[in-house]
Amino acid sequence: MLNQYPLWKYIALIVAIILGTLYALPNLFGEDPAVQVSHRTQSLDKEGLLVIEQALNARSIPIKSSEIIDGRVLVRFNDESSQLQAVEALKESLDKQYLIALNLAPATPDWLRAVNAAPMYLGLDLRGGVHFLMEVDMVAAIKRLEEGMLSDMRSHLRKEKIRYRGITRDENGLHIRFRSFEDMEAALDTLEDQFREFLFISNEDELIIDAKLTENAIRDEKKSALQQNIITLRNRVNELGVAEPVIQQQGDSRIVVQLPGIQDTAGAKKILGATATLEFRLTEGTRADWEDAEKTGRVPLNAILHFERDGSPVLLKRRVIVTGDQIIDAASTIDQQKGVPAVSVRLNSKGAKKMGETTRENVKKPMAVVFIENKVESKQVGDEVIKKRTTIREVINVSTIQEQFSARFQITGLESQEARDLALLLRAGSLRAPVEIIEERTIGPSLGKDNIEQGFMSVMIGFCLVLVFMAIYYKSFGLIANIALTVNLVFIVAILSLLQATLTLPGIAGIVLTVGMAVDANVLIFERIREELRNGNSPQASIHAGYEKAFSTITDANITTLLAAIVLFSLGTGPVKGFAVTLSIGIITSMFTAIVGTRAVVNLIYGGRNVKKLSI
Amino acid sequence: MQILQGKSTIDFMGKRKIALVLSIILLAASIGSLFMRGLNLGIDFTGGYLIEAGYTTDVDIGPVRDALAENGFADAMVQHFGTSKDILVRIAPREDVNKASLSDNILSVLQNASTDTVSMRRIEFVGPQVGEELREKGGLAMLVALGGILLYVSFRFQFKSAVGAILALVHDVIIVIGVFSITQMDFDLSVLAALLAVIGYSLNDTVVVLDRIRESFRNIRKRTPMEILNISINQTLARTLMTSLTTMLVLLALFIFGGEIIQGFAFALIIGVLIGTYSSIYIASSTLMAMNVHKQDFLVVAKEEVVDDRP
Repeated sequence: MLNQYPLWKYIALIVAIILGTLYALPNLFGEDPAVQVSHRTQSLDKEGLLVIEQALNARSIPIKSSEIIDGRVLVRFNDESSQLQAVEALKESLDKQYLIALNLAPATPDWLRAVNAAPMYLGLDLRGGVHFLMEVDMVAAIKRLEEGMLSDMRSHLRKEKIRYRGITRDENGLHIRFRSFEDMEAALDTLEDQFREFLFISNEDELIIDAKLTENAIRDEKKSALQQNIITLRNRVNELGVAEPVIQQQGDSRIVVQLPGIQDTAGAKKILGATATLEFRLTEGTRADWEDAEKTGRVPLNAILHFERDGSPVLLKRRVIVTGDQIIDAASTIDQQKGVPAVSVRLNSKGAKKMGETTRENVKKPMAVVFIENKVESKQVGDEVIKKRTTIREVINVSTIQEQFSARFQITGLESQEARDLALLLRAGSLRAPVEIIEERTIGPSLGKDNIEQGFMSVMIGFCLVLVFMAIYYKSFGLIANIALTVNLVFIVAILSLLQATLTLPGIAGIVLTVGMAVDANVLIFERIREELRNGNSPQASIHAGYEKAFSTITDANITTLLAAIVLFSLGTGPVKGFAVTLSIGIITSMFTAIVGTRAVVNLIYGGRNVKKLSI
Repeated sequence: MQILQGKSTIDFMGKRKIALVLSIILLAASIGSLFMRGLNLGIDFTGGYLIEAGYTTDVDIGPVRDALAENGFADAMVQHFGTSKDILVRIAPREDVNKASLSDNILSVLQNASTDTVSMRRIEFVGPQVGEELREKGGLAMLVALGGILLYVSFRFQFKSAVGAILALVHDVIIVIGVFSITQMDFDLSVLAALLAVIGYSLNDTVVVLDRIRESFRNIRKRTPMEILNISINQTLARTLMTSLTTMLVLLALFIFGGEIIQGFAFALIIGVLIGTYSSIYIASSTLMAMNVHKQDFLVVAKEEVVDDRP
């Protein structure tokens, strides 16, 4: 019998529609204003939850609900004002080890969450936020590694009692010069043994060993510089209090950072890209020597010339006591005696030991704190992009050592905002290599809201126009196509929700476009049926032939669009990718609903019956 | 309701010379404009800054421009965006200043110059190397899309049809880009995305017509190729117009209600659908005519069986 579906097909279709509706549903429930609390070092449990709830109850801030997700506490509120009050309250009552972030949590009911149903993930252009693409300066990373190795080689050669004239570094690697052939031979032996990351080539005529990093060593360094930077950026983002940030590697030297819902983008930019760190050094000579060195330009061999913020010169010993890397905790505070902004720091055991020894041996001598900031900027000169690196090194403080330092001490000499930023940066760890923002896309909250409203409106209007048009033009069959189109829209939303794919504004445009094109399959089928009817075929035979003959054409036509969508996806920068995703999903679901879906309804109505006339 | 009763017998192929002239004019204008004026590439491809700021009341462009010029941004392009309360500032990449913070400087200049509260709506910064990469990637994507479709069509159809489809495609792409060159509208990433969607759509339309032409050549006897082409186009005409119409409806909804950011995208697709509809009727089939299409072209080639003719 023509035009009859076996029962299982109907059942399969109904199951698909039920599942689709189920997974599309979470999108109807909106979001709750929420606060997300996490702890720097430990994951929070029921006790942590209790502490937070008590802090909020103490201020009588109403809580809608609270829960623990992956060691973080999520507290939901009924409105935004209690959310903001809660942040203030928590910041005051919890200690600095807690990280507090504003969040919008999906208000999906429990029974839907039980089946893992969640709303679509909205892109930054719909919810507002910052997107940064950052490039890690790999040349600087390699330079840093080589410089570290250079001082290691120096001390190694000294330990081995091998005499050398000097070690220098340029863009071709390290160069070690010797006085005698024997020294060079001996050095080559031990260096090759100790520094496997390098390839050593000796020049017997000039008594120089050239050391170059091997390809493997360079690759490893790049990889670890990138990984280390990602970790640092993640720490910094946590410090900023951003919920659901995205920090991902892209390519082999780039990092994508996405911060949804952030308001102070200028501040975020400053913190993320900052490489500020500290160094502690003893000074060399007297104040008169320093001024002399500035005037004559003659600097003693074991010293370097730096300047204080007011421009006065300081001679520092080459040897660094402790660097910012050895600081494990930092907080901005006010110096009790002087009443000026200060940063209190805590050193790790290695740093503390070194600091303790040095300060014990140098009581009543001055020590300097150097503030270091690296910047990298690229500019286009002709066809080439040239990177400009600058390092700012200023002495923020020279003070006399009064007694031996412990692991904790305070530094002064900064403005209060600087002190706060520096404390944050020291806590989060320093970047292994400087980063540069090479792309930024920031959407303010008001525009995000407009985008989502306008996007939604254009989908609905386009959708309704097509529904009306199809109903008028194809009558009953048009209505059937409209059911299919509606189910198609539900499927697209369900699949986007299931995949947790990011919905962007171009993504919405993709949905709109799919709505327009999805009816194409039905138009093809219906026009075929009309044609068969005109050729004098019976209604049943016409339906059968219409679906049959249109099938290959529909497939062909959709594959070509799918091809274009796949290329778009691979081109994939952010929003464009969103368009490609929704377009591809729409094409696939529309083939299903327009062919299988409408056929099921048509068969149900007309199948196995004596039909004289079709309403088409 | 049926507008076309399926009985239309419009002599499309008879008028193909007029279509040819029209296409040549459109192509010449497009290519001419591309050479003379080029495309107004958006910052996605050139690199640079784009700052959209919102005011609470209507804002005049003049004072904003002056304020920016006074603060060293004489090259800034300022325009209203969407409403008279929103402005868009565009600045070419610069060499001298700290990249990422420049957009924040602009915002503070805008705020200082106005008694109104200025809110940041959008900041886009594309560094020179990213702009260059996107340009390369974009061009590559176009080529890959065209290449992939060429492969698919030549595998799916015989040679003459494939040539027709590709010509129709190239025709559509050039004219859509041409319209962007003539109007000097911003050509950015979203427009490129739309262009790739146009490639898919235009081919979609052409494939439906070619499918029918193939079927007709196989089934209809005793008609000239020209008649068969006309019959096929007339048979698919209702579908071609219907689909274009529904697509156009949603695109207009997107263009009018979708907001300023998506307008370039919607515009490219509207032009693409218009041209694509026209080209699916004319370009592919005219090419077939020009290549002397025959019934033999569409016959299913039976595989030659290996005949064992040894005694």
